Amino acid sequence: MRLLMREALLSFRRAPALSMLSVTTIGFALFVLGLFGLVALNLRNALVQVEERVEIVMYLMRGTPVEVATLAIGDIEAFPEVAEAMYVTEDDALERARHELVELQGVFDDLTTNPLPASLEIRLKPGFRDSEHVRAVAERLAGFRFAEDIRYGRDWVTKLDRLRNVAGVVVFVIGGAFAVASVIIIGTTIRMAVMHRSREISIMRLVGATDGFIRRPFLLDGAVKGALGGLLAVLLNYAAYAALSGGEFEASFFTTQQSILFILFGTLLGLAASSLSVGRHLRHV
Amino acid sequence: MIRFAHVFKAYPKGALALKDVSFHVAKGEFVFLTGHSGAGKSTVLRLIYADDLPSSGEVRVSGFATNSLKKRDVPKLRRRIGIVFQDFRLLEDRTAEENVAFALEVTGTRRSAIVVKAMRVLAQVGLAAKAHAYPKELSGGEQQRVAIARALVNDPPVFLADEPTGNLDERATRGVFQLLRDINANGTAVLMATHDLDLVRQTNYRTIELQDGAVVYDSTEESSESEGGRAVR
Repeated sequence: MRLLMREALLSFRRAPALSMLSVTTIGFALFVLGLFGLVALNLRNALVQVEERVEIVMYLMRGTPVEVATLAIGDIEAFPEVAEAMYVTEDDALERARHELVELQGVFDDLTTNPLPASLEIRLKPGFRDSEHVRAVAERLAGFRFAEDIRYGRDWVTKLDRLRNVAGVVVFVIGGAFAVASVIIIGTTIRMAVMHRSREISIMRLVGATDGFIRRPFLLDGAVKGALGGLLAVLLNYAAYAALSGGEFEASFFTTQQSILFILFGTLLGLAASSLSVGRHLRHV
Repeated sequence: MIRFAHVFKAYPKGALALKDVSFHVAKGEFVFLTGHSGAGKSTVLRLIYADDLPSSGEVRVSGFATNSLKKRDVPKLRRRIGIVFQDFRLLEDRTAEENVAFALEVTGTRRSAIVVKAMRVLAQVGLAAKAHAYPKELSGGEQQRVAIARALVNDPPVFLADEPTGNLDERATRGVFQLLRDINANGTAVLMATHDLDLVRQTNYRTIELQDGAVVYDSTEESSESEGGRAVR
C-alpha cells in the first residue's frame, strides 16, 4: 500500500505541470457539467414550486352537512394520489375572498347572503401532479353525490405537463452531451498522462512487473486527479453561484451531499479513464 | 537454459525475421550472438524474454515454453531473465539505487531486504558510492552498470545483453564486458548480442552468427565437427 501511494505521488512530483494541467482540465470539464447541473437543479426547484400550486377544488352542494364533508375527507385522503384534503366552509370562503379581492370590498359589504359554496381543497402528492393523475382524481371526486363542481385548471396543468416534458428532454440531451464531452476530455487527459509514462511502463514490464502492479498506481493517480478536479469544479461552481445569485435572483446551490456525490463522480471518472487508458496501453505494448 | 527448435518468425507483411533457427544455450554458458544490423539478433532476444512469440517452432527458456505461456506468467519468466540494452533503459527520475530497488519491488520483496540487496548488487558492479546519483549524473558506462545491477538483483539464471557496449567508449566497454564475464563465472548463462568482433575475438566463448535471420555459424558445431575431421567454415 505504501509503495502504491509512493508511486502515485511520484507521478505528481515527476510531472507537476502535466499533473496540474490534468487536474485543471478535469476541473473545468466538470465545472461546465456542474453549471448545467445547477441550472437543472434550479429549474427543477422552480417546477416543484409551480407544481405545489396544483390543487383540485370540489365545490359542495349547498346544505351538505359538515359531518358528511368530514367523512368524505377521510375517504379522499385514502386515495393514493392525495396528500391532504381540507374543508373550507362558506364563511371561510367569503373571508378569504374579502382578503384576496380587496377591489371588490364594496360588493362583499353589500351582500345579504353568502353566495360562496363550501368546498374541499385537495392537494396531491409529488409525482401525481400531472394532468393525467389530476383528471383521474377529479373524475373520482365527481362520483360523490354532494359534489356540485370540480375545478383544477385543466389548461394550466396541461401546460405544466408540457413544460415538465420539455425540461426533462433538455436536461437529458444537453446534460448527456455535457457528460459525454466531460468523459472524453477527462479520458484524453488521463490518456496523455499514461502516454507520457509509456517508456516507464515498458521498463516495468521488462523487469517482470505484472499488469496489476503497473495498473494500480495509475488507477490511484487517475482517481486522485478526478477527485481534485471534482473539488475544483465544486469550488468554481460555488464561485459562479455566489457571483450570480443575490438580489432578485434567488438560486439554490448543491447540498453538501450533492457536492460530495459530484466529487465522487469526478473520482469515478478519473478511475474509469485511467483503467481504460492503462488497459489499452498494456494491451498494445 | 535457452532452447530454440526450428524457430521461424514472420512479420505481418510476410518478411521472415528468423528462418529455422535452432540452438541451445546450456546452464552457465557464455554465448555471443553476432551478425549485421537486421540479421535477427534482437528478434532472438525478444523471443527469449517473450516480448514476441515465434510464428512456428519452439522457444524454451528456463523451464518455460514461451509459445504456451499464459499472459499472466510472462512476468514470472522475465524475473528469471536479466536484460540489458544498448540504451540502458533506466528510469530517469529515480536514483541508481531506486532503479535497482524497483526490480525487487515488482516481485514483492520486503522493503528492508530491498535496500540491502540493492546496495549489495550496486557494490558488485562498483557503483556503491553513486547509489544516490540520478542516471543523468552518471557516465554511459556507469549507467550500463546500473542497468546490469538491476538485471542481476533478482539472481536470474539467464542474462541477456543486447549490444550492451554499443554506446560506450573502449574503457567502459572493457569494464562492462568484464562484469558480464564475472556474472557468467558465477554460473549464470549469458547471451550477448553484439557486432563488436574485437570483443568476440578476445575470448574463446561460443559464437552464433546470424545472417538474414538464419544461423550461418555456430562455433560449437564447428568444434564438434572439427573433432570429426570436418570444418564448417
